[in-house]
Amino acid sequence: MSQFVRFTIDGTECMASKGQFIVEAAKENGIYIPTLCNYPGIKPKGGCRICTVRVNGKLMTACTTPVAEGMNIENDVKDIRELRKSIVELLLVEGNHFCPACEKSGNCELQALAYRFQIMVPRFPFQFPIRKVDASNPKIIKDQNRCIQCKRCIRAIKDEKGRSIFAYRKRSSSVEVVVDKKLGKQLTDELAQKAMDVCPVGSILVKEKGFIIPIGERKYDKKPIGSDIENMSVSKI
Amino acid sequence: MKAEVKKTIEKYGNDKFRLMDILIDIQKENGYIPGEAITQIAEDFEMSEVDVEQTVSFYHFFSQKPTGKYAIFLNNSVVANMMGRAEVAATFMKELGIKFGEVTPDGSAGLFNTSCIGMNDQEPAAIINNRIFTRLTPFRVKEIVRDIREGKDVDEMNVQDWGDGENSSDLIRSVVSNNIRKIGPVLDRDFTAGQAIEKIIKLKPEEVIEEVKKSNMRGRGGAGFPTGLKWEFCRNAPGEKKYIFCNADEGEPGTFKDRVILTERPRLLFEGMVIAGYAVGASEGIVYVRYEYKYLEQHLEKILQQAREANYLGKNILGKKGFNFDIRIQFGAGAYVCGEESALIESAEGKRGEPRDRPPFPVEKGYHDMPTVVNNVETLCSVVKVILKGGEWYKSFGTNESTGTKLLSISGDCKFPGVYEVVWGFSVNDILDMVGAGKEDVQAVQVGGPSGALISPDEFNRTLGYEDLATGGSLIIIGKNRDILSGIVLNFMDFFIDESCGSCSTCRIVPTLMRNKLNKILNARGTQQDIDDLTEWGKILKASRCGLGQTAGNPILSSLKNFPALYEEKIQKNKSFDSGFDLNAAIKESAKATGRIPNF
Repeated sequence: MSQFVRFTIDGTECMASKGQFIVEAAKENGIYIPTLCNYPGIKPKGGCRICTVRVNGKLMTACTTPVAEGMNIENDVKDIRELRKSIVELLLVEGNHFCPACEKSGNCELQALAYRFQIMVPRFPFQFPIRKVDASNPKIIKDQNRCIQCKRCIRAIKDEKGRSIFAYRKRSSSVEVVVDKKLGKQLTDELAQKAMDVCPVGSILVKEKGFIIPIGERKYDKKPIGSDIENMSVSKI
Repeated sequence: MKAEVKKTIEKYGNDKFRLMDILIDIQKENGYIPGEAITQIAEDFEMSEVDVEQTVSFYHFFSQKPTGKYAIFLNNSVVANMMGRAEVAATFMKELGIKFGEVTPDGSAGLFNTSCIGMNDQEPAAIINNRIFTRLTPFRVKEIVRDIREGKDVDEMNVQDWGDGENSSDLIRSVVSNNIRKIGPVLDRDFTAGQAIEKIIKLKPEEVIEEVKKSNMRGRGGAGFPTGLKWEFCRNAPGEKKYIFCNADEGEPGTFKDRVILTERPRLLFEGMVIAGYAVGASEGIVYVRYEYKYLEQHLEKILQQAREANYLGKNILGKKGFNFDIRIQFGAGAYVCGEESALIESAEGKRGEPRDRPPFPVEKGYHDMPTVVNNVETLCSVVKVILKGGEWYKSFGTNESTGTKLLSISGDCKFPGVYEVVWGFSVNDILDMVGAGKEDVQAVQVGGPSGALISPDEFNRTLGYEDLATGGSLIIIGKNRDILSGIVLNFMDFFIDESCGSCSTCRIVPTLMRNKLNKILNARGTQQDIDDLTEWGKILKASRCGLGQTAGNPILSSLKNFPALYEEKIQKNKSFDSGFDLNAAIKESAKATGRIPNF
């Protein structure tokens, strides 16, 4: 992996290891590309499309596209900013997201992105779908109202045999992430907590625990999402 | 149940990548996929049950509830509606006493909607227990329901004559018609099986690729990638095994030409796969056929068996040492998105048909992560003729950028719907003349199916080809008396909404919002703002992962561009905003209950 490639993001000269995904490569160069379905350490699956960038004139997802020598990447440009903002709004109207009553408020990436994009009111009509809360699992609550179908839990949470605890059901707008009834019962405390942490929103919550960190002192309460990356030293490489 | 499922799993070599085949067999045997079967499969393959279910629940033809002894799937495509589907559907409901999506209380019959089944030239049509019923009328429906009551076998239910050509052969015996109206160089019968294989085994694989490259042939599925180049990429990609896939999942509403090839020219297709296999260095070919064409299974299997007996398939083909290639048929289970090459591969691996992120492309990492070529049925057939007659010969047809010919599936308001092989560069006007559609009677032509473009008479002089109107071959002719917005655009939008795999946020959400907005306009509550929103929202779809998502707004975007008046005449002229919310209607019930009439 010692091979380096040079590329530009919005005209800024960047360098990264060959084969690195654009999101990671940008991060190493102090450039933030918003993500939602992406999670460090699990295989990317360009689902939410928020990290869309324009690579040599073509729209690509930065979480799944490896950097290559001479790539010309457009990231923080008007139409792409607008596209990302629309996607956050789409996700907000698709489900039922009532931040003040949500345990994840302040730690929620969707909420943090909404603040970052300064969304006041979504341009799309709220769908107010009727969705269920599955509380049948002994360790976790799966609240479908808040699920954004990002598949992080599906990809990250497996039992000791590598079997999936979470999976998609159905397709199109009826798609939902469900918990396996049998394997879900054997969920360890550790895995339950991991599932909650992996979930970017408040759709997976560990039971009998709440508001341990008070609102106001949570991850995105003080600093906007992405600011840690943007404040990183650019001279890393 | 347990033993039966175990047997099915064994039949497919205890291979979890064959999950589609296993599920298809279980669905066929039971009329649905019982929970016990899912438990058993999960246990045998060391998967979780939700993991099995995510595949089961993805496909339209898999059901987790009983679908009745006779499962009736009535096509609800645009052309079916044009040809009188409404009456047929009403008769089914009346005679069976159930609505769509329901099963009769005695479990004898289930009635379901289904997207275009590839019979647009003989609508209204339905699939009942894998048999096709075409040109349905209310009278015919009554006969069918009577036969269902009597418990007749589906094969005995047909009273019509068998269709033409192979449709009447013992292994098909269907009422489907081929309707081949125009034969060109590809459909020409100047070919006998084995002919092209004899020729290529004397050539080096690179020479075969060179010949295909010389022809400038581009993929016939719609995207138009140069075929020779695709083969070359795959040949040069490192991998211990390589695969040739034939994409016979033609799901774009309005296309049915691949069905005709599978019926009448399967030898040509299989030979094309053998050529591709030789050129690329693959030893296995898989034909991914849409479930709607299951009735062709035995016919295709027989032709494959004949090819094996003649050593056109198998080991050391026609004496060429080390040239081993065989073909198997993989059925889908009802998902338009599986026509996208990477989704097709996912599906063939027994998973949900969700498109993959690219790169890597299938030519580098495809089936089982090995280099894989996915070619359309028509592409593979054309290749055979290129090999037999040469790339230069092929190039003599068509235009500079679009060489050769194109098979068109033409349906809708015309005298002669069917399959036509024309050279690229044909204009829409020429086509209307050819199919017997008077120009004064035609309001619009849908070129390339719902994902394509709806063009108006002003553009009928445009020509088919990659440089102008690129198309996978579906043409739907729309007569003057049709309501474009409510009859066509709305149906197409519903189609895309149903067929989204659901994994991209854009394609999962935007089409529904656009459809709702269109409904608002159709309900006379729209304003100019709604029209502007449709244009803006449509742009978001361009960020979707696959072609389905990127084009899912096209029915609205294209009609808005070419028929703006249809939208403008329906909106409220004096208003810049309408919430779409009817306060009077919302409080009607409570007003009635309290006896208080609000005074707004």
